[in-house]
Amino acid sequence: MAVVKLQRPKLNFGEKIYFGALIKGFILTMTHAVKSLLGKSVGAETLASSGLGVTMQFPEQRWDDHLPEYYRGAPALVTDEQGRERCVSCQLCEFICPPKAIKITPSEIPSDDPWAKVEKRPLEFDIDMTRCIYCGMCEEVCPEQAIYLRKDYLITGLKRADMVHNKKRLYEIGGTRVGLVNKWNELK
Amino acid sequence: MDILQIAIILVKIVTLTFLVVLPLVPLSVYFERRFSAIIQDRVGPNRVGIPFSLLGFKKDFHLFGLVQPIADGLKLFLKEDFTPDHVRKVFYWMAPALTVVPALITVCVVPFGSPISIFGHTEKLVIADLDIGPLFVFSVASLSVYGITLAGWSSNSKFPFIGGVRSTAQMISYEIALGLSIVPVLMYYGDLNLSTIVKQQADHGWLLLPLWGHDATHTLSSKLLFWFPAAIAFLIFTISIFAETNRMPFDLPECETELVGGYHTEYSSMKFAMFFMGEYAAMVIGSALIITLFLGGWSIGFGLDAVVEKLHIGDFYFGGFIHMGCFMTKLLAFILFFILVRWTVPRFRYDQLMKLGWVVFFEAALINVFLAALIVAAPQLQAAIIGIGSVLLVILTAAVIWVAKVSEEQPKILRA
Repeated sequence: MAVVKLQRPKLNFGEKIYFGALIKGFILTMTHAVKSLLGKSVGAETLASSGLGVTMQFPEQRWDDHLPEYYRGAPALVTDEQGRERCVSCQLCEFICPPKAIKITPSEIPSDDPWAKVEKRPLEFDIDMTRCIYCGMCEEVCPEQAIYLRKDYLITGLKRADMVHNKKRLYEIGGTRVGLVNKWNELK
Repeated sequence: MDILQIAIILVKIVTLTFLVVLPLVPLSVYFERRFSAIIQDRVGPNRVGIPFSLLGFKKDFHLFGLVQPIADGLKLFLKEDFTPDHVRKVFYWMAPALTVVPALITVCVVPFGSPISIFGHTEKLVIADLDIGPLFVFSVASLSVYGITLAGWSSNSKFPFIGGVRSTAQMISYEIALGLSIVPVLMYYGDLNLSTIVKQQADHGWLLLPLWGHDATHTLSSKLLFWFPAAIAFLIFTISIFAETNRMPFDLPECETELVGGYHTEYSSMKFAMFFMGEYAAMVIGSALIITLFLGGWSIGFGLDAVVEKLHIGDFYFGGFIHMGCFMTKLLAFILFFILVRWTVPRFRYDQLMKLGWVVFFEAALINVFLAALIVAAPQLQAAIIGIGSVLLVILTAAVIWVAKVSEEQPKILRA
């Protein structure tokens, strides 16, 4: 690497005395303080501030309305418009999941069932939210569009067991999703 | 000395030190956090209050987070008090106490208000009405450097050691400017008793705001003329106090970015908290001293003090308490100024700090002493002597500036 020699800037008398810079600094900080107290800080509006600085004060105010379309929150299972669970236990999400957060126990659909051609449905579907990294790979890989990343971000629990979402909880978060199905389509 | 007098002294010590000054420490910590947050467009600690909901009530009172420092203190009490294996135990244990105690001892000479009187018995609102006020403060306050140095040395590891050495060097360089800078003030008042100094300011105008109480010996013109050396003294004294209390532009002994935590790197729990308390207590006392010497102490000003002193209910003259409120207001305002400085001015480099102390402030304070002497003595002198004096002063100033300029190391011209 080439050596870069820097010339120290030559200061004039005013800069050497330094008091001008001090006063400027005081004015700057005080302007910030006053603006922050009045809730008029730069960016206060776009950041939906609480009226003090630019901070949104969390439990009372939430970012929910401002979440972008592409926000990746907790993964959840969805049902289709007829209330059937879309998941066919192909386990692709389980295999792709980088932190191995998903655990599926598949079960067979009996041959006398009208939907025997679907072959499998999940008996249990657990997502360990202490492991999930919200990468969205499960959503991308799912051929049946059965798993989606929702906008829920407040996943809390007092025990490790609370942090494992079972099938029931996942459908609770997920709800229904209208649209293309593959195996559940009678015509295919 | 009878029992009553001892009781009064004890009451004064307990109330003024432990109920007035010590609570100011957590309060200034709170202000530090809140004010810095507001400066940086944040909110700061605004939640911790009285948890009524724990006791079965519906609502908590958050009190703007005023209880936060108490929660912090409680947390520090509950933390593990860890003594590393490699430290020199005796000094390691002694050092925190040595930083707090001097700061609290100096409280005793600060006049908090005008005398209050009850049943014809007058009592001054100062613990020890010493006739050597500022000297006592300097001698005791500079002991706190031992705490820091010992902490640095006894920790027996490199970062605290550098912090301790820096603190010593800094204290030595600023003590001189600190002492010299108030010589003009003491010459002007002709007294070293802080109570008397404040009384004079209440009667004849504050040193930096001499706008009332003119009479034959205290003419407006003479006071305004003395304003200039007083302002220079104020500037030097304030900045030296910043250095003395290790506050931000001069917090080299503990600068986190360079020295981890400086002298208190190896300390934990309440021992660390005592360093913290010592720093803030020193800040409170420093502000109190600046206010007392330059900004009128407990005086409300504008000639109102005489009126306030005469307020009474029966035999109880309570004006002193109003003055005390005024003093506390000024103190809080000055503490806020300390905090504003901390969050505005970046830290000085070590050589800049030394240069500022030895080359700029020492000389400036010295010249200021001569200037003040000339102004104080001028009414008694003949015009010719004043003229000669001022010429000598100008020559001296020019010489000092010239020496400072010549001794300054010229930056080498580099070729790229």
